[in-house]
Amino acid sequence: MSYVLGLKCRECGKQYEKAPIYVCEFCFGPLEIEYDYQAIGKKLTRDIISQRGHNLWRYRELLPIDKEPTVGLYSGYTPLIKAHKLADALGVKKLYIKDDSVCHPTFSFKDRVVAVALSKAREFGFDTVACASTGNLGNAVSAHAAQAQLRGFIFIPADLELGKVVGSLIYAPHLVAVEGNYDQVNRLCSEIARDYKWAFVNINLRPFYAEGSKTYGFEIAEQLGWKYPDHIVVPAASGSLITKIYKGFKEFYQLKLTDTPPKTKFYAAQGKGCSPIITAIKENKDAIRPVKPVTIAKSLAIGNPADGYYSTQVVRKTKGYGEEVTNEEIIDGIKLLAQTEGIFTETAGGVTVAVAKKLIEQGVIPPDESIVICITGNGLKTMDAVTANIGKPVEIEPNLDSFKKAMCDYL
Amino acid sequence: MSVKINIPTPLKKLVENQSTISADGENILEVINDMDRQYPGIKERICDEQDKVRRFVNIYLNGEDIRFMDAEQSKVAPDDEISIIPAIAGG
Repeated sequence: MSYVLGLKCRECGKQYEKAPIYVCEFCFGPLEIEYDYQAIGKKLTRDIISQRGHNLWRYRELLPIDKEPTVGLYSGYTPLIKAHKLADALGVKKLYIKDDSVCHPTFSFKDRVVAVALSKAREFGFDTVACASTGNLGNAVSAHAAQAQLRGFIFIPADLELGKVVGSLIYAPHLVAVEGNYDQVNRLCSEIARDYKWAFVNINLRPFYAEGSKTYGFEIAEQLGWKYPDHIVVPAASGSLITKIYKGFKEFYQLKLTDTPPKTKFYAAQGKGCSPIITAIKENKDAIRPVKPVTIAKSLAIGNPADGYYSTQVVRKTKGYGEEVTNEEIIDGIKLLAQTEGIFTETAGGVTVAVAKKLIEQGVIPPDESIVICITGNGLKTMDAVTANIGKPVEIEPNLDSFKKAMCDYL
Repeated sequence: MSVKINIPTPLKKLVENQSTISADGENILEVINDMDRQYPGIKERICDEQDKVRRFVNIYLNGEDIRFMDAEQSKVAPDDEISIIPAIAGG
């Protein structure tokens, strides 16, 4: 059963039939899924959701597929962790980590969007899927394409971390490393997408794909006992995740799945050296000025963010803010999360932890209200970023004396 | 001065389904104006009433985003290549 009415331009409102299209022919605005919320409201209750499997398809009516899902059946429903030790370290009372570093099967929140995109690609009858990626999306498309027996073409910037290259290659897609940054890869892909009839998950399937991110927000609300946090710190690359968590929160209230409307303040987090969204927020401007990214947070290194405008609108509407952090602060953030909560996140997670710390220190986020920090990827993929900053193993001979001598300060 | 322009799928209907067209001009705005003389209606899809490129349209001159140059006033030379590309999502 489908709850999707069609597609609608977010800018001018022009309506389109369901199809693998992503941009309004008239004003170039992005197309969004239109749902039959009345029909969904009759079906979806807290009880029904609670009884379903622990994966993102427990919110299936709010995802844009027509038939039963066929790809990514185990993605999503990651832990929301009450982070007592990190809370103490940051001097706050109610702190949570939404931990997609353990998302199935490729350890980032991109498993959610790809589960939806590839289920939809199959409904449309595509035999080839593709994407432009800063790494995590490529890993997720490669893995899910292998499982779904679809052909995969993955386009990445040539300077990507080894962990993210291996994390795609193991699934044997056609992995294409482009000499250029992500924005150049994306531009090339939009031209390739024009000439080949493929399902480009972040181009012609974008309206469907992006909806998968809502489940990250749905889970936060459900796991907080059908409530919303007071504050949420979200990493920003294209800006899509912020807008979709916000949309998810609003949909939950609209469907009466929560008793009160969301009052969550949204904070965007970027690395210094690629912070066009933060610049627009701080300068209170609508237009996003593109930049050429220079940051170790490569998964956030998008200098020309497609949803930059909408993400700044969400930040402004919710009276949130944004902050940027240096490479050193990012590494410290990764280490702080690991050494307080035992979670090893990638550089994007270091960005959100460091930005949360900064906003708390500035007094922008108050210490006595509930805060969620979004952790969207796994540290084992970006080991090169921290290798020089975490010390080395103590080397000893295989005897007790050698051990005691080496460790005398700690025994 | 004739330059080559790559046309994105949503605009192809306006240019008789061609993937590339040619137009003349000293800068980006003049080229767009010449495109509109040849294919009336295409300019309003790309630019707003103030002759500014719309928020969701990216224009590249020889692969470089024109916002890194002089935007609509960026100078073009013979045989340059312009690409018009809708904003796309990422990750």
